[in-house]
Amino acid sequence: MLSKRIIPCLDVKDGRTVKGVNFVDLKDAGDPVELAWQYAQQGADELVFLDITATHERRGTTIEMVKSVARQLNIPFTIGGGITTIADAEALLNSGADKISINSAAVRNPSLIEDLAKAFGVQFVVVAVDTKLVDGKNMVHLNGGRLITELETEDWILKAESLGAGEILLTSMDHDGTKNGFDCLLLDKIARSINIPVIASGGAGKVEHFTEVFLETGVDAALAASVFHFGEIPIPYLKNELKKHNIPVRL
Amino acid sequence: MIGIVNYGAGNIFSLTSALERLAIPFGMVNTEADLDKYTHIIIPGVGHAGAAMSKLEQTGLVEPIKALKKPVLGICVGMQLLTEHSEEGNASMMNIVPVKTKLFDKDQGIKIPHMGWNNIDHKNNSLFEGVENLTQFYFVHSYFIEYNPTFDIATANYGKPFSAAVQKDNFYGVQFHPEKSGIAGERLLKNFSNLKQ
Repeated sequence: MLSKRIIPCLDVKDGRTVKGVNFVDLKDAGDPVELAWQYAQQGADELVFLDITATHERRGTTIEMVKSVARQLNIPFTIGGGITTIADAEALLNSGADKISINSAAVRNPSLIEDLAKAFGVQFVVVAVDTKLVDGKNMVHLNGGRLITELETEDWILKAESLGAGEILLTSMDHDGTKNGFDCLLLDKIARSINIPVIASGGAGKVEHFTEVFLETGVDAALAASVFHFGEIPIPYLKNELKKHNIPVRL
Repeated sequence: MIGIVNYGAGNIFSLTSALERLAIPFGMVNTEADLDKYTHIIIPGVGHAGAAMSKLEQTGLVEPIKALKKPVLGICVGMQLLTEHSEEGNASMMNIVPVKTKLFDKDQGIKIPHMGWNNIDHKNNSLFEGVENLTQFYFVHSYFIEYNPTFDIATANYGKPFSAAVQKDNFYGVQFHPEKSGIAGERLLKNFSNLKQ
């Protein structure tokens, strides 16, 4: 049976992981390679690196980081942030990234999804969507939720699927950072309306939130950052708890 | 030493990285003459099976590969190339293992691609030596190899049973990515490198 995936998300800037991470036995919390390796040891099923490097010139550093991670890591990983062209994606693929995630670039230029899927296969293309409730409607937002678009979230996701997205990473900006749980209502609606895997993101605060999102919605994976980075939820413990609820996991 | 068939279908960085971690020596196969340099051959591959087959044909390596008597391992699309036919691009494959590569049926209520960790039921083939049965491996594919008891050496279930690994004589294929399947995947690569000629 296909397991539900647990995915820690790491922010990287100029080839270094940012945001406080306090694994006790970590020598260098800013070293993405060491951090990635730690997570793989703990039983993470996959990793997502979000590159927040601002300038285009610094992208070379990111490529080097991706290569270093790929050399050491024996589980799949996705890299997102700043990918706007086929060439950007190809450089990451050739450096060992399993998937790339695109967000605002896809909203601004939807044919990018199609081009990437044709060039590298749908399995390589994750479309990340940030959503926020506005006047009772879930609307796609850009720039970390600061910029609203005219797209309704469900419509956009259906379009992304039809263009060739292989997976959807859906972050609820209303839930993100609250630690009050995932947006199960929306996630379930989306997971039922499309035929590609969905990664739930935004709102994880405790083990019960993961149990809830897997029992109550059709999502395939759950992503979180701080609860993992700060050791609030150790991954082996989380997976054992999920297993107690008969949720298929990889132990 | 392992020779990796270099025919331009997908990136091989993760595969070579895994071999490096395992201290398994490897080199690249670009021409027919290169096939003689190695004891074991890996055919990697991601993306479109029909397109991958065209690329492989352009290298002129199809017939020399079919004639090999040394252990050969196809990974993912590399495995599908060993089959008779793929529905992806409605293309003829190398026809080394007479089974078909088919598209998953979304009407069975499954999501496509089959992406993530799934357990396999293996038949104690030497490729899986030291790998506990029902261990999970990492899969990412939309097309699968139909289950055939003659060639199946490991079965996975997604909507219905399909071949996660096949063998015919010296030819092996795995649908999952051993280079991305944690310790179990690394063990499988090690086992392959230890297969006798």
